[in-house]
Amino acid sequence: MAIEDDVVVVGGGLAGMATALSAAQDGSRVRLLSHKESTLRFASGLIDVLGYVGSEIVSNPFETISQLPDEHPYRRVGEDGIRDGLALIDSVTDYAGGHTDRNALVPTFGGTVKPTARYPKHTAPGLASDERDALLVGFETVVDFDAPLAAEHLAETVPFDVRGITLQFLGDFRTDARVTRLAHALDENERIEVGGRGSVSESVPARIALAERVKPHLGDAERVGFPAILGEEHPDEVRATIGRKLGVEVFEIPMGTPSLPGMRLEAEFETALREAGVRTTTGNPVVDFEGTDEISAVIVERNSARIPFHGEQFVLATGGLVGKGIDSDRSGVREPVFDCHVPAPENRYDWFEDGAFDDHRFARFGVRVDDELRPLDSAGSPEFHNLRAVGGVLGGYDFAAEKSGSGISLATGVVAGRNASDEVNL
Amino acid sequence: MAIDAEVLVVGGGSTGTGIARDLAMRGVDVTLVEKGNLTHGTTGRMHGLLHSGGRYAVSDQASATECIEENRILRDIASHCVEMTGGQFVQLEGDDDDYFEEKLRGCRECGIPAEVLTAKEAREQEPYLTEDVKRAIAVPDGAIDPFRLCVANAADAEIHGARIETHAEVTDVLVDGTDVVGVEVRHESGPGKRNHAKSGTTEKIRAEYVVNASGAWAGQLGEMAGVDIEVRPSKGVMVVMNCRQVDTVVNHCRPKGDADIIVPHETTAILGTTDEEVDDPENYPEEEWEVDMMIDELSKLVPILRDSRTIRSFWGVRPLYEPPGTGTTDPTDITRDFFLLDHEERDDLTGLTSIVGGKFTTYRAMAEQISDHVCEQLGVRGRCRTADEPLPGSDDFTVLRDYMDDFGIRSPIGRRSVQRLGSRADEVLMTDGPNPVLCECEAVTRAEIGDAIDQSGTDLNAVRIRTRASMGNCQGGICCHRMANELHPKHDEPTVRDALDELFQERWKGERHALWGEQLSQAALNYALHATTMNRDAPDEDAIDFAAFDGGQHGD
Repeated sequence: MAIEDDVVVVGGGLAGMATALSAAQDGSRVRLLSHKESTLRFASGLIDVLGYVGSEIVSNPFETISQLPDEHPYRRVGEDGIRDGLALIDSVTDYAGGHTDRNALVPTFGGTVKPTARYPKHTAPGLASDERDALLVGFETVVDFDAPLAAEHLAETVPFDVRGITLQFLGDFRTDARVTRLAHALDENERIEVGGRGSVSESVPARIALAERVKPHLGDAERVGFPAILGEEHPDEVRATIGRKLGVEVFEIPMGTPSLPGMRLEAEFETALREAGVRTTTGNPVVDFEGTDEISAVIVERNSARIPFHGEQFVLATGGLVGKGIDSDRSGVREPVFDCHVPAPENRYDWFEDGAFDDHRFARFGVRVDDELRPLDSAGSPEFHNLRAVGGVLGGYDFAAEKSGSGISLATGVVAGRNASDEVNL
Repeated sequence: MAIDAEVLVVGGGSTGTGIARDLAMRGVDVTLVEKGNLTHGTTGRMHGLLHSGGRYAVSDQASATECIEENRILRDIASHCVEMTGGQFVQLEGDDDDYFEEKLRGCRECGIPAEVLTAKEAREQEPYLTEDVKRAIAVPDGAIDPFRLCVANAADAEIHGARIETHAEVTDVLVDGTDVVGVEVRHESGPGKRNHAKSGTTEKIRAEYVVNASGAWAGQLGEMAGVDIEVRPSKGVMVVMNCRQVDTVVNHCRPKGDADIIVPHETTAILGTTDEEVDDPENYPEEEWEVDMMIDELSKLVPILRDSRTIRSFWGVRPLYEPPGTGTTDPTDITRDFFLLDHEERDDLTGLTSIVGGKFTTYRAMAEQISDHVCEQLGVRGRCRTADEPLPGSDDFTVLRDYMDDFGIRSPIGRRSVQRLGSRADEVLMTDGPNPVLCECEAVTRAEIGDAIDQSGTDLNAVRIRTRASMGNCQGGICCHRMANELHPKHDEPTVRDALDELFQERWKGERHALWGEQLSQAALNYALHATTMNRDAPDEDAIDFAAFDGGQHGD
């Protein structure tokens, strides 16, 4: 029997999952094809809608969308699309931030603050607009985060007192144990040896051991921030136990890869997708497709066999340069699945600028789309009638500079998923 | 008039640090000044070939003979900087048979061990060689880390009493009548180890004798002293691959030309090079066609290079010198010999000698000749010992110890650390606290970074050249901030931030020449991590109106 669905989504990152969920909730039979682990494990877990326009920080993204250039994806989906995207994240997660249109300012592990629209509840007590004094706790072997250094940077600007300390994570862990290993110890509340009197050793549950180490340093702090290692499976319990023991609120500071908030977000979406009846196929790449003006199937390569997945509507959600949804070689830039047109200067030395944070063309590489989010060819016509593109594979914006990546994934995913589903049901 | 040093050496490359070491070991009071980091100029931008002399065995047999002699010495005195990879001169089908025979004969005439390999033997040694190999000549080429070598020379000079100043740019030459009596330097952050928080100062350093070892910049220094030194700077591109596509130095066996060598270097392979004359050793075009030529031409020898990941490119500037009257028009024909210019003989100016031209492999011999000359001027009778005394880190250690248990780090990490540190491994790695890995691509631990910081102050690029941290595939995206974190709490946060920004920008400078395929994906990830997750590209944060933002449940 041929594999046949109403909507086939190619790519399993945030945009792909949002698309699949949106289409399924709209009544379609949905297939999600995911090649590799989602780039969410690299992501901070924050949902940025729009943090900066040019060099101006944005406090309310909805008041600023009209200033964006015409080709920006937000101009395609409009304010309603963004709100629908945020409504989806609110329905899938217990993220905070839904009570206001204004961005929150979240401390980063580099000691800056960054604007974001939705944030995990484990991050919420750490907002920089909150005036309560804070203590940041780092660990000697979590080398990306230097709490005293980050606190010193924050102290230059934030409206509260902030200090940082570095502790040794108790227990007999390898020096190069990953943050996922430390998180697991807290999830399982593993017993940890903490020395003792004479020849008798004493062991304490990991959460309690950690809280006991922090307590002497608490001072006047009313909240304590840790790097995001407070469990992958049970962060609620970990945070509550430590908070109760310390008598203050506990929060997490988003980190780089591997990112536990990113992994948790991915897990929550996977649960929602299963409950919505989305069929997911993982581990193998989409290498080709069938059809000319319309796509009839995409081809998945599995152990050298080419397996067609048929559908009526298709959505490209393979991500940008980071996730390899946009590829390049010395002679050009391309979209590798459907060979959609990707505008880019011919000379690759025009793709970048001299400074690391300058205004790079490569940061805007991606497919251009019409108001229906269908990829356009170089003449401005849709490449295929039944193909849409969402998230990082879209061009025309620099998500890293403007802090908009997750917001665009959600907004375009929700809109494309709904539109694709509507096409099926016409 | 007071003297600050007997000899002032200008230039912190292999020649300058080699001279400083040699003179200091003879008991001379030496100060060395360098405008950037050690290896800032030519030394830091070469492919790291330890010549067997094979490349000169036809065209310049005197140089070839000197190379094989120095090759043998450096294996001994700089063992922790040298990897004896061996080398091949590969003849392809269609290449000139006569040239191959001439090369083979030339090697033997110069005392370079040379063995003919059949195509099969060559490819057994280097499996990725093209099937178009006809035959090859095996020679004892090696790979040498120029950063590590210069640092070791400078460290040994300091051990013997020398003063080494980096980020100290010569702004004037002090002349008293017809005698050079010293220089004026501008310290970027004061004398001693660099600290981004200190403001710049100037210093007059008076010396009995000045040695101009500033390479491609020698003409500029000569101009300050009122003498004419005709240096013809020539740039050459180096393209860095993400892994070792070859484990042996692979040379194309043909008369001189661009793009004819691949050098395995630590975790990478370096493709070289071009030879383009430039007007200014500091400002010159870094061009796409040169990068493309390396990959396209060297793919003929090693086809896999075409599809391999390139992580960065950089350009070196050679300080070629042409004696008056030669009138050479093609820079590739300018001799690679070095020249000692005694300005007393040449220009009636005493107290100054310049060194121009030459090759990295023979830096020690050059330094010896120059030091002999300087000692003759000063009436110093000590003899050169640089060929006999190992550099710090290169003392004998015949068995790699099992460092996994000793230092609490995984065996492969321990092995990489010990290879870099040589005989200093115990001293550096025996540390009290936890010793996590900070740079995963190059397996660099906190202890090594700390040791390098002790030598370098807040200069993270100086830390980089001592450890290789941030030189791997991620080009610093994953580890620059970890390195910077180690500066705190000894240095305050604005200083740490300046140091991090400087290192990150420097890494970007070379990576941007490799922005396609995997490396463009990596650059996009680096950009996203630093610009988004860390928000390091944010404009001035002092202007933020915190009350305008979501204050959470407490703030609203």
